[in-house]
Amino acid sequence: MKSRVFPLLITFVVFVLLYLFCLSRFDSFGTTKVICNLLRNYAYLGIPAIGVTFVILSGGIDLSSGSIIAFTGVFCALMIERNGMHPLVVFALILSIGTAFGMMMGVFIHYFKIPAFIVTLSGMFLARGGAYVLTTDSISIRHPFYDEVSKIVYIFPDGGRFTFAAGAFLAVLVLGIFLAHFTRFGRNVYAMGGNETGALLLGVPVGRTTIGIYALSSFLATFAGIILSLSKHSGDSTIAMGAEMDVITGVVIGGTLLTGGVGYVIGTFIGTLVPGVIHTYLTLDGSLTPWWIKIIVGTLLLVFIGLQKLLGSQFDFFKLFRRPPLRAEQQAQ
Amino acid sequence: MSINEQTQFPLLETQGLTKSFIATLALSEVDFTLHAGEVHALLGENGAGKSTLIKLITGVHPKDAGTILLEGKVIEPRSPGHAQELGISAVYQEINLIPTLSVAENIFLGRQPMRFGLVNMRSANRRARELLETFHIDIDVTRDLSSYSIAIQQIVAIVRGVDLSAKVLILDEPTSSLDRHEVETLFSVIRSLKKRGIGILLITHFIDQVYEISDRITVLRNGLKVGEHQTQELPKVKLVSEMLGKELTDELMVQNGQQTNGESEHETFLQVRGFARRGMMEPFDVVVKKGEIVGLAGLLGSGRTETAHLIFGIEKSETGEAYVKGQKVNLTSPQKAIRHGFGLCPEDRKAEGIIDDLTVRENIILALQAKMGWFNHLSRKRQEQLAQEMIDALRIVTPDTEKPVKELSGGNQQKVILARWLISNPEFLILDEPTRGIDVGAHVEIINIIKRLAKEGKAMMVISSELAEVVDYSDRVVVLRDRKKITELEGDQISENTIMQTIAER
Repeated sequence: MKSRVFPLLITFVVFVLLYLFCLSRFDSFGTTKVICNLLRNYAYLGIPAIGVTFVILSGGIDLSSGSIIAFTGVFCALMIERNGMHPLVVFALILSIGTAFGMMMGVFIHYFKIPAFIVTLSGMFLARGGAYVLTTDSISIRHPFYDEVSKIVYIFPDGGRFTFAAGAFLAVLVLGIFLAHFTRFGRNVYAMGGNETGALLLGVPVGRTTIGIYALSSFLATFAGIILSLSKHSGDSTIAMGAEMDVITGVVIGGTLLTGGVGYVIGTFIGTLVPGVIHTYLTLDGSLTPWWIKIIVGTLLLVFIGLQKLLGSQFDFFKLFRRPPLRAEQQAQ
Repeated sequence: MSINEQTQFPLLETQGLTKSFIATLALSEVDFTLHAGEVHALLGENGAGKSTLIKLITGVHPKDAGTILLEGKVIEPRSPGHAQELGISAVYQEINLIPTLSVAENIFLGRQPMRFGLVNMRSANRRARELLETFHIDIDVTRDLSSYSIAIQQIVAIVRGVDLSAKVLILDEPTSSLDRHEVETLFSVIRSLKKRGIGILLITHFIDQVYEISDRITVLRNGLKVGEHQTQELPKVKLVSEMLGKELTDELMVQNGQQTNGESEHETFLQVRGFARRGMMEPFDVVVKKGEIVGLAGLLGSGRTETAHLIFGIEKSETGEAYVKGQKVNLTSPQKAIRHGFGLCPEDRKAEGIIDDLTVRENIILALQAKMGWFNHLSRKRQEQLAQEMIDALRIVTPDTEKPVKELSGGNQQKVILARWLISNPEFLILDEPTRGIDVGAHVEIINIIKRLAKEGKAMMVISSELAEVVDYSDRVVVLRDRKKITELEGDQISENTIMQTIAER
């Protein structure tokens, strides 16, 4: 048994149990309606979470995703409504800007050796500030292209609406899994998180990979901003406030170790949906206000980190029997 | 030697290789040759230049002067990656692989077999299995690297290096954390690499293993090459004397400075029986008496520091028992050792002892304050008084008690560490390399302090690489080799010659 699968397994089991519990209380959990709604409503968190999974796998962190989502929304609204540009041109433009922004963060992290926490924290302020500077108004977008996109939907026989956002989420998921497991870039990300100096000595292009990781994360956050803009038909600089924390929560609940090197993209997908399922349950139940979700997710997060720690210490426990003790001279050096 | 006769040039050659760091000359005009299909051991004590030589060959540091030739062609390795491309791979004692990836992924990281533009793990797994099978290693290559022993991890690193078309394989202390059986496995891998014509440069401090596996030996000392020999033609005692830089003299005795007092005068302070720890030290007994200096002699890696750490409780002994003044005691942590009146001045004062930014006073007071408990505060005045007493007693050169320790010279820093322990008045003091890296004047002073402390009735244990020094002050000398206590020399037996012969032969 590969030990690094355990955290993912825990997530999976918890998700299945949670879902079965919900199903036992409300039949609607068995319909495509609930499932499609989950995918649609959580796409804007799940898409950047897949990018942030790569960041955390490499041993880094990204706090800028929420702000980038907001900036993207405001930028799109302004360019389309005030400048009269076509949405597709605007999307191409903002995706390039977002990717360049991520690359810059990667450059600061790798070449100037500034901790990712600090770099992406200032990235968070920059993007949010940028959104406010552009406009503090909420701007509605009325463009025929937006209406066309909202018409792209597959309706299941029982009424579930599989929208463009849901499709985009699943597409990003599949691409993310391929990127993580079947490309050299993906394997290099895992290697860096497992042992950065080791990766360097094994010839992993650490600089290029670091820049790529943050570019990917910002690209996906920008893409999530576009998805949100498409479903909200508006741009608002106060949107997705604190979303970066929900994103990171999804990654961690999904079984990716914050220390890097261990985790799966599919885990992030499940981890992002866990709060969604709880939220849906609370809404259907009605006896508790949906704000309870914060308390439940907070508790869940602690439990997951606790389990990971427990597993981690168990690994060490076994290592005691396998590895000869550290040489004293090694410690002295 | 049949393989290298086929080719005109040695596989790897350095000519006049020189490197200095800031003020110190780390490597001076070293000529070194490695032939295809040979195991060449590179030996030397601390600071001999072994790792500098390796780092120049593998492109970690740029050289100052000299040439490196691979198969007769001049090469200029720029980085470990570049050296690897040229055909020179290095495997270090601290394995630089990725513990969280599978064995196969570690072997093929960065050069995975691809199919349709995607990484083909199935093929990577199959090829990894085949590669390991050629060395008769049969393991599940899909499991995490961290689930295997250090020996297997090392072999995985070697296999990766060799598969990257290595011509030269550098193994830096590969056996230091392996048990006998694992060493066998590794050696069989090395032998089969030898048959393939790969040149292996081996660094190790296990003399017996050098004779077991190597064809030739190059000895470095203080950055200079002091000898190159066919292993079979070099007596062990000659090797040891070259490494230590001591000529074997004809006169039987070098003056032992200590008067051998009648045994009965000294009361036993510490008796250790059968202390050992797997992978660290074989079981040893040792007795330290009040007013007596016990020297620990041996080559680098022979287990001197390990012995001190086991006694002081930094590493827990797995077996055996200890008695202090006849009472059975538990020495499982430094705190417990300190409570029984022990003190230890560590080898590396920069890393383990001195706190650079604190003042002389603060550094001196540290251990005493810790012993008294942090709530039982020493008044500033008392602190200054104690520090001043020590400054006077040890003649520490400092304008006042408030100078940051980092501004003192090495010798004076060493005295500050000594002062730190002396102030809490230990009955038994272990000094690990107290004279390393300090100038000649301070050297003499430290030795005089050591002798004085013994005369005052303290039990002392001193580790030193300088044989002359050990011979000078020791009442008894414990000789260690390959993590084993070989013997104990007393009185007239104590001389540089006997110590060297003991290290080499017994």
